[in-house]
Formats: sequence, C-alpha cells, structure tokens
Amino acid sequence: MTVTASTSPPFATAPRVGKVDLQKLERSLRRPRTLFSFCMSVSCSILALLAAVPLFSVLLMLVWRGGARLNLALFTELPPAAGMRGGGIGNAIVGTLLVVLIAALMSIPVGVLGGVYLAEINPDGRSAAVVRFCAKLLTGLPSILAGVFAFTTVVLLTGHFSPLAGGLALALLMLPIIMLTTEEAVRAVGAEMSEAAVGMGATQAEVVWQILLPTALPGILTGVLLALARAAGETAPLLFTMTFSDYWLTRHLMEPTASLAVLIFNFSKSPFENQKEFAWAASLVLVFIVLVLTLGGQALSRRAIKLAGTSP
Amino acid sequence: MVPVTQERKNIARPPTARERAVDVSFRWITRIVAGLTAVVVALIVILVAKQAVPAIVKYGPHFVVSTHWDAGKGQCGILPEIVGTLLSSTIGVALAAVFGIAVAVFLTEEFIPRWLESVLKNVVTLLAAIPSVVYGLWGIFVVIPAIRPGCNWLHGHLGWIPLFSTPLLSVGLLPAALVLTIMILPTVTAISRDAIAAVDPLLREAAFGMGATRWETILGVTLPTSRRGVYGAIVLGLGRALGETMALAMLVGSANVISPSLFSPADTLAALLANKFPEAASPLDLGALMYAALVLLILTLLVNMGGEWIMRRDSEGEGAKRAGTKTGTKEVAK
Repeated sequence: MTVTASTSPPFATAPRVGKVDLQKLERSLRRPRTLFSFCMSVSCSILALLAAVPLFSVLLMLVWRGGARLNLALFTELPPAAGMRGGGIGNAIVGTLLVVLIAALMSIPVGVLGGVYLAEINPDGRSAAVVRFCAKLLTGLPSILAGVFAFTTVVLLTGHFSPLAGGLALALLMLPIIMLTTEEAVRAVGAEMSEAAVGMGATQAEVVWQILLPTALPGILTGVLLALARAAGETAPLLFTMTFSDYWLTRHLMEPTASLAVLIFNFSKSPFENQKEFAWAASLVLVFIVLVLTLGGQALSRRAIKLAGTSP
Repeated sequence: MVPVTQERKNIARPPTARERAVDVSFRWITRIVAGLTAVVVALIVILVAKQAVPAIVKYGPHFVVSTHWDAGKGQCGILPEIVGTLLSSTIGVALAAVFGIAVAVFLTEEFIPRWLESVLKNVVTLLAAIPSVVYGLWGIFVVIPAIRPGCNWLHGHLGWIPLFSTPLLSVGLLPAALVLTIMILPTVTAISRDAIAAVDPLLREAAFGMGATRWETILGVTLPTSRRGVYGAIVLGLGRALGETMALAMLVGSANVISPSLFSPADTLAALLANKFPEAASPLDLGALMYAALVLLILTLLVNMGGEWIMRRDSEGEGAKRAGTKTGTKEVAK
C-alpha cells in the first residue's frame, strides 16, 4: 500500500539511463490505457463522494427540521394528540433509556462471560466453535425476528406488552456484538501477563478478573457502547413487544411503554404537521444519543489499539 | 537472588481450596453462559416454528405461492412479500455493491491523502450508526420528493417498458430499494475494504513494476485476489437487506401485489411482520405471521451461513498464500 503509483513517477529520478525521451513517458490522456485509467479514477471518485451525500443530507434535515422543535418542553411534556399543538417527547426519551438499560443488564453479563469463555476458558474447543458460529448467526438475525422471539416468550407468557419484553429483544441483538468484541479484546492481552499471574499461583478465575478483564476493559467497553448504540435505534422489535403509550411510565413496569423509535414510526405516518415535526425532533434526539455512543466507542477502541501497540 | 521478604512470599502461593472452588464454578458459569447463545438460536427456531404449526397445517406449502392475504376468509399467501423481499434486496445489493466496492477501492488505493481516507471511512461508519427508522423518515420526506419528478417523467415517456409501467405516487419499491442501498453500504464497504487492504503489497508492486496502470492493477490484480472477501461482503450485505425492516415498512407501501414496475408499491416479509403483527388478533392470524417469520428466518440464516462460509474459506486460503509469499521474500532478502 505504501507504493506511490502515479503520484511521483519513479522514472523522474533516473534520467541517466540511455537516451530516454522523457516527454514520451509523461502521462498522456491520448493513450487508451491511460485514458481508461483516468476515466475509471474519476468515476470511482464520483461514486465514493456520492456515497457520502446521504449522511450529510440526513444530518442536515435533522438539524433543520428537528432543531426547530428543540426546547425545554420537548424533554418534559407528553406527545401531542392528533391535531393538537405543542407538547414534547419526554415519555419516549425515558422509555428508550429504560428499555436500553434493561437490555444492557441482560446482555452485558452474558456477553462478557461468553466472550471470556471463547477467548480464555476453552478457545479451541468444539463447543467454542459452535458458540462462535451461533453468535455470528445472531449478528445477522433480522431485528424483527428478535421481536418475534420476545413476543412468543415474554408477551405471550405474561400477557402484557412491557419494557421487559422489549429489553429481551434488544438484548438478543446486543449479545453477539458484546460477546465477539470481548473475545477479541481478551485475546489481545499479552500472554506474558496471564502467564506471570499463573506462575504466582493465581487460578484461572483470578487471572480473568484481575488481569484480563481490567486490561481488556477499553476494548470491551467499545463493544458495549456500539451494542448500546444499535439497541437504542432499533424499532422493529419494539413495535409488538412494548408497543407505544401516550403517558408517562407508572410504577409497575408491565405495561406498554413509549420509545423514541416507535414514536418516530407512528408520527411519520401522521397527517398532522405538528406530529411530523415531533418525528423529526425525536429523530434528532435519537441520532444524537446513537452518535455519542458510537463516537465514544470508536474513541475507546482507538485508545485500546494504542494500548495494545505500546505493550511489547 | 535478592532475599524475598515475608510479605512478598505471601503473594506467590498455591491457590487455597476456596479459590479452587471459585475457579471451577467460574469456569462452569462461563461455559453455561456461552452455551446460552446456542440455546437461544435453537429456541428462536423452535418457538417460531411451534407458533407457525397451526398455519402450516392449514395452508401447507400453498402459503408461499399464493398471492391473497385475507385472514377473515382464511386465505393467506406470501408470494408478493417473497417477491418484494427478493426484488428490493437484489436492487439494493446490486447498487450497494457498485458503490461499496468503489468506496473500498477509493479508500485503499491511495487516491486521496491518509487523513481524508479516515474521514471518509468514518462517514461510512456513521452511515451505519443512523437508526433505520430515521432513514425511513428521511426517505419519506427527502428521497421520495427528490426522485418523483424523474420517475414520473420515465413513466410518461417510457411507460411501455414494464419497469416503468406505473407512476410513483408516494411510496414504492424504488425509494425503498434506494434507502436499503444506503443502509447496507457500510457493511459491504467495511468488509470489502478489509479484503482489499489484505492483498499483499508485493502483488501490487509487481504489477506496477511491469508497467500496469493503476486501474489495470486494480482490475487485474487487486480485485481478483480479494474477490472472495468481496463476495462475502456482498452476501452478508444481502443477509442484512433481507431482514431490514423499518425503512422498508415505511417506504415500500405494504401493497399485496406483484408488479414488474419499479415505481409500484410492494411489500416485503419483514415489513409485513412489522405492519401486521401489532394488530394480529386470532391465533390463526398470528400463526400465518409466524409462518412468514419462519420463511424469513430460514432465508436469512441460509444467506448468512453462506456468507460466513465464503469468508472463512477466504481467510484460510489467503492466509496460506500470504504466509507462502512472506517466507519467499525473506529468503530472497537473505
């Protein structure tokens, strides 16, 4: 990759070899090969730059349409009914935070311990291969099927739509991300550290808790943050596991609950301008949460790479 | 050796019985927890299949080839959804492959300075971070108004071509496929970028040394060498496209029709589930949806397993090849 291809022709530095007509060696678009290469470069650049357009378009729309509604009421009031003015999305923000918290409580312990199993306890075993394969399959599981699973287990058993069911669905989507990044992070810890601990008489459990997990923490946190970002933005599994509610959360948690994502979906189909505006405002808040989590995860992973790089 | 103090001696000692017990139970806990993943995958398949049984018994294989959906009359068929899923995914993946490979080449072949490369790479990563429902909203308010004049011009002037045989009213197959393209672009780009970056620099240098132009090198050496990784990227992108729900549920129009037109409303399996599940009332209705979920599950599992298989074969084959070249160069260097 370090080869400089056409930016600085290597011939320029060696003019002494025989009688070389330097003008003939110059890049000329009249030659079909060069022309073809040039055209491909231009079209490739255009395609690559076009690919960046949607992101900026989305961000621009969010700031323009969503920013118009950004005020204190947005965070403290309930969504407006059809045709009403004013209002906010407070209950949806609380609902999203709650369901993501529930999902995190379910998926983080399982994901981290599972990742430790894959990386340290039994890295090359047949059962580890099966678990790894299943985790990869879960990565590709359509989110709506995670919702179907939570529906058939929690909703049909308890008879209620609830944040618990939504949290289970989201946990299912977070689990493989956390598990596979934990495995990678734990594997990246230098073997000499755990070998030294074993030499001092530490058991494997002590090595994991006192050496591997603390050292791999930045990497694991990256996975957790990316998984949280994915979960916060998921909509499909929430549609029929916690549905929606126009009211604040009450004390007992087994009831339909609002979330930002479902609010955006519901209001996007609304004929009322006020509700459409709230769909954009909710999108702005949601994208803000997701981007903060994603960028935080990326910053941590850069730090993790740096740490791994400095250790011999 | 420096004499060890009493205190230090205590640090290195054999584990006590209690520590050993903790260790054994810890290992068992991780084993059980890891096994849970496999159990969950099995449970998903079993539970969905179990719920689908009444519908499978009632409709049988006719379900996947019938076009009517009228739960009241007991008629259910998901052929339009299957066709819509395959059509929208194919269009989305084809476009995403073109753009994704272009971006991947652009990011690896030194077209732009390093810092710009990492900026563009982050832009593509952030594309993946934006929630699907926000893309749906963006599709409704930006993409559809933007493409509607062009589409309706095509319909007006070239309406005799089946592809353009209906006008684009608001929602339809094309806007859904376009938004789908954007959503799977990051997947295709990231994986094919890794595959292209993993091509041995020596191969590239050799091609340049023989006088190949940049694109002769890319098309003749770099892409063929990394083709398995690129195929894997496309198949995994297809897996994502098949299961993508919200943007499609908002943009595809949920119309139970099979039309050759790109601008006609259509439906996909995932969108059908998202739109019909919340209002499913009777057990048979629910069963029919579970049947559709089962079809979707099998479809995506097969595609994803195929993608993983291609990627794994890629990494094994490439690894051996690369190891071979590296030892080769070392010998030459000596």
